[in-house]
Amino acid sequence: MAQARRPLGPYDTSEPITPYAQATTYNNFYEFGTGKDDPARLAGSLRTRPWTVLIDGEVRKPVRVDIDTLQSWFPLEDRIYRMRCVEGWSMVMPWLGFPLGALLRRIEPNSKAKYVQFTSLHDPKQFPGQRGDVLDWPYVEGLRLDEALHPLTFMAVGLHGRALPNQNGAPLRLVVPWKYGFKNIKSVVRITLTQKQPRTTWALAAPDEYGFYANVNPKVPHPRWSQATERRIGELRRRPTLPFNGYAEEVASLYKGMDLRRFF
Amino acid sequence: MTRRPSRPLPWLGPGVVMGGLVPAAVLVLDAQMGALGANPIQRAILQTGLLALVLLILSLACTPLRTLTGWTWPARIRKALGLLTFFYAVLHFLLYLLDHGFTPAVVLEDVLERPFVTVGFAALVLMLPLALTSGRGAVRRLGFQRWQRLHQLVYVAAGLGVLHFWWGVKKDHTPPLIAALVVMVLFAVRLIRSRRARA
Repeated sequence: MAQARRPLGPYDTSEPITPYAQATTYNNFYEFGTGKDDPARLAGSLRTRPWTVLIDGEVRKPVRVDIDTLQSWFPLEDRIYRMRCVEGWSMVMPWLGFPLGALLRRIEPNSKAKYVQFTSLHDPKQFPGQRGDVLDWPYVEGLRLDEALHPLTFMAVGLHGRALPNQNGAPLRLVVPWKYGFKNIKSVVRITLTQKQPRTTWALAAPDEYGFYANVNPKVPHPRWSQATERRIGELRRRPTLPFNGYAEEVASLYKGMDLRRFF
Repeated sequence: MTRRPSRPLPWLGPGVVMGGLVPAAVLVLDAQMGALGANPIQRAILQTGLLALVLLILSLACTPLRTLTGWTWPARIRKALGLLTFFYAVLHFLLYLLDHGFTPAVVLEDVLERPFVTVGFAALVLMLPLALTSGRGAVRRLGFQRWQRLHQLVYVAAGLGVLHFWWGVKKDHTPPLIAALVVMVLFAVRLIRSRRARA
């Protein structure tokens, strides 16, 4: 893909971008099914307009807002981020969207706000995977407020220069590039500022395997596989996994003094 | 139990072997055409693992099927099913090695430290002597009783195989549960039959 690339930095990378065909046909989105090709196959049942996002909790300006209005509040930016799945594969994704921090500053967290909780749409009519109880629906994710305010933390509404495909979490999804992919909650309908650490879906489903923090860490293995290497989709040989997925310079200071083996 | 006279069925053996190799051929063709999706090695690992387990279960079903129906043909395809099981298990392991760039340190760490890998590897190791002694000559050399006792290792391999499948699944345990139930039913049929034989 020949395109003029901006100067490199944490918002960009010189690594080749994962082609659209692969980025949109191989992913986890259990709301559609547990198979990697289920999301692309079944995503037609999701209706992303009209779509309302409720922003509430410990904020000064709670709001219930239409997705198109929400998007119009911010200039949309490109971010080319590495995406590392906890299963040991990775991609390079060209997102379009806005920093979560910009949204949070607009709705003004109050002094009690310590965490941000995200909730996906819960509608078994649109999400066939929610007709079973493979996970405790709706999908919930969370970040510490300082993580949420970090300039890398992003709300995506587009991919590869077009609207976000349903299977990738349309119309609004979280992207936190230094964490494992399951933190990047899709099809968000609610963002709630909380005092307490949110009870997140995968951490509840398998607490010994998936933690709240889920920072990419080659030194902390999953119980069933090493996290030291990853397969970049499209490559045969595995490559070493980098601490914080290569974003250590930007985010390591958020976790100063924490035992990252315990808070995995 | 009265046995029906066994017909020769000359196509049976070659038919099972050919049929059993079709999935491998499809896998190779799919790989060449790029039809295995974005993560082809992962897909091939899953498919060969599943094939190995399904074939193992089919081979375990032969004896109960013969017992319950009186047909003799299931016993005659058991060896072929067993060898096909081993073939796919080896392929599964080789693809796993390829996935990790044939790095011994990584594989050793996986086998020693991750029960999910340990049990799968153990099942493969247990099947090796069974594959090596699958011929008629081996039965003669070992004597039928010792050969039979050796081949009871297949029950352990099946148990480990199901456990490997169970632990390998991230969340939806329905498929490994089905495999576990089928294996348990097949074990139960044998157990009931051997009790009756002793009584």
